Amino acid sequence: MNAKGRVFKYGDNVDTDVIIPARYLNSSDPAELATHCMEDIDKNFVNRVQKGDIIVANKNFGCGSSREHAPIAIKASGVSCVIAETFARIFYRNAINIGLPIIECPEAAKAIVSGDEVEINFDSGIITDVTKGTSYKGQAFPPFMQKIIEAEGLVNYINRK
Amino acid sequence: MGMTMTQKILAAHAGLDSVEAGQLIEADLDLVLGNDITSPVAIHEMEKMTVDTVFDKDKVALVMDHFIPNKDIKSAEHCKCVRQFACKHDITNYFDVGEMGIEHALLPEKGLTVAGDVVIGADSHTCTYGALGAFSTGVGSTDMAAGMATGKAWFKVPSAIKFNIVGKPKKWVSGKDVILHIIGMIGVDGALYKSMEFVGEGIKNLTMDDRFTIANMAIEAGGKNGIFPVDELTVAYLEAHSKRSYKVFEADADAVYEAEYTIDLSTLEPTIAFPHLPENTKTIHEIQEDIVVDQAVIGSCTNGRIDDLRCAAEILKGRKVKKGLRCIIIPATQAIYLQAMEEGLLKTFIEAGAVVSTPTCGPCLGGYMGILAEGERCISTTNRNFVGRMGHVKSEVYLASPAVAAASAVTGKISAPEELGL
Repeated sequence: MNAKGRVFKYGDNVDTDVIIPARYLNSSDPAELATHCMEDIDKNFVNRVQKGDIIVANKNFGCGSSREHAPIAIKASGVSCVIAETFARIFYRNAINIGLPIIECPEAAKAIVSGDEVEINFDSGIITDVTKGTSYKGQAFPPFMQKIIEAEGLVNYINRK
Repeated sequence: MGMTMTQKILAAHAGLDSVEAGQLIEADLDLVLGNDITSPVAIHEMEKMTVDTVFDKDKVALVMDHFIPNKDIKSAEHCKCVRQFACKHDITNYFDVGEMGIEHALLPEKGLTVAGDVVIGADSHTCTYGALGAFSTGVGSTDMAAGMATGKAWFKVPSAIKFNIVGKPKKWVSGKDVILHIIGMIGVDGALYKSMEFVGEGIKNLTMDDRFTIANMAIEAGGKNGIFPVDELTVAYLEAHSKRSYKVFEADADAVYEAEYTIDLSTLEPTIAFPHLPENTKTIHEIQEDIVVDQAVIGSCTNGRIDDLRCAAEILKGRKVKKGLRCIIIPATQAIYLQAMEEGLLKTFIEAGAVVSTPTCGPCLGGYMGILAEGERCISTTNRNFVGRMGHVKSEVYLASPAVAAASAVTGKISAPEELGL
C-alpha cells in the first residue's frame, strides 16, 4: 500500500480544535466537515488541498479533544497520509479506526517542507521525499493495524472477521 | 517485574496474571461513555456492524452535555439521534435535559464509575475517573461503537510516570494549580501514551474534587490516564455515591516508572496557563503586567463541582463583578446546582452580577453560552486554551483555578484572591 502527494507542513501541537473547530461539530457529515478542515490554522488549506496530498507536522499532532471528526475531516478532504514526529494518542487510535493512514517519523517530519512531493510505502515504512531525493525509515504498521487501514477502518475489519 | 496500579487493573480486565508496558491486550469494559457530539458518529458506526444491540444496556452511558439544551437545529438532530438509540436499546444510563450534567462530574456522582473499573469514553476528559482509582481513558467514536457492541477494547499497556505528592497546599491553591504546575513542568506531550500515577502522603490533603480536577487534565499532558490510590476519602466517596462493589488495586513496590517527580504542595502558588497551550504556565506572582479580561468562566468538567463553586462564592460574597466583564458560572450537574442553591451560593453569584447557567460544556469548547469576539480575553477554569477554543481565532483563553477566576472577575484583570484582602 502506497500514498503519494504534495505536502502541507505544520508545526508542533496541532490540536483538534484547529483541525476542525467545535463550532462545526453540530455536523458529523464527512463532506461538510472537510469544508472546514484546518480552518483555524490554515484558511487556504481547503482551497488548495488535492486528492492524495500529505500533511506533515512536528510533535504531538492531533492533541486535545477525542473528536473523531478531526481525522474524518482530514480523510474526507482527500489527504492520503499524515506524517508526524509523534501523534497524540487518541488521534492515533481514531486515525487507524477510520482508515486514515498515519506514520511516525521524526527525521522525515523535521526535514520535509511544504510543497515537497512525498511518497510513502506502508509495508516498509519508507518515506521518500521525491523533491529532495531523500528517504527516511518510518515505523511500519504492525500487520493487524495494516489490515484495519486496508479495510478502511475498524468497523469493516470487525465485520470481515 | 512489578506492575503499576494502571497495569494491574488492565491485567485483571484482560484475564492475565501480569502485563508489561508496550504489550497489546484486549480488556473487558465496565462502562462505555459517549456524549451528544461523539455518540451520533458512534451510533452510525455501530449500525454498520453485524450486531443487534449493545453488549450490556447497563454499561453504556449516554450524556447529552456539550450543545444542550440544544443550541441549534443541527445539534437538536444529534440529540434526537442519540435519544432514539437510547430508547431502541433500552439504555439505562441515558441522561438528557433535566437529568444530565457534564459527563465527567455526573458519572462519579451517579456512582457509575468505581475503583478498579476499566472505562472508555468518547471524550478526551474521560481520564477524570482515575481520581476514584479506576483506569479510564478517552477514545474516539469508532472505539466507542466497538466498545458498545462487544464490551471490549484493545489497549497498548502504558508505561508510567510517578508523581510523588507531599505537603499541604496553601489557602487558595487547589487541584487546578497542581495539574497546571505539572503540565507546565512536563509539557503538553510530557506524558504522551503514558499513565500518570499520583502517589504520596500529600494526597490526603487533596479533596476528591481536587483529585477529579487533577485526573481530568492528565490528557492535557498527553497522558493516557491519570490515577490516584484509593484512600479513606475515596472509600467514603464511593460508599456515598455508588451501590456497585469496587476493587482496590495497589502498585507493586518494584513497579517500573520511566520518570519520577516530587510535587510539594506547600510550595505551589496559584498558576495560570497563558494562550495558546496549557503548558504556558506562570504563577500569579510571575505576572508583571496587568492582563485585562472581558469574561470569566467558572465551570466545566474540570472545575464545575461544589468545592469550586464554594471557593468562587467565598470570593464573590459581598463583592461585585467588574462593570463590563461577563462572569458566567456553570454548576456541572443538577445535583451540584441544587446543592449550590441550598447553600446560598447561587444568590451570592447573582447578587455579585454573575450569571448562572444550567449544566453544559457550552463555552469551554466554543460551543455556545459565552463565545468570545475578536481580541477578547477570558479567564477560565476550563481545560484548554488552544487557538479559537472559546470563539474567535484572535481571542485568548487563560486557564486558572476558580479562586483566580473569581478574583479576576471582581478586579477585571488576572488577580490573586489576596488582591481583595482575602
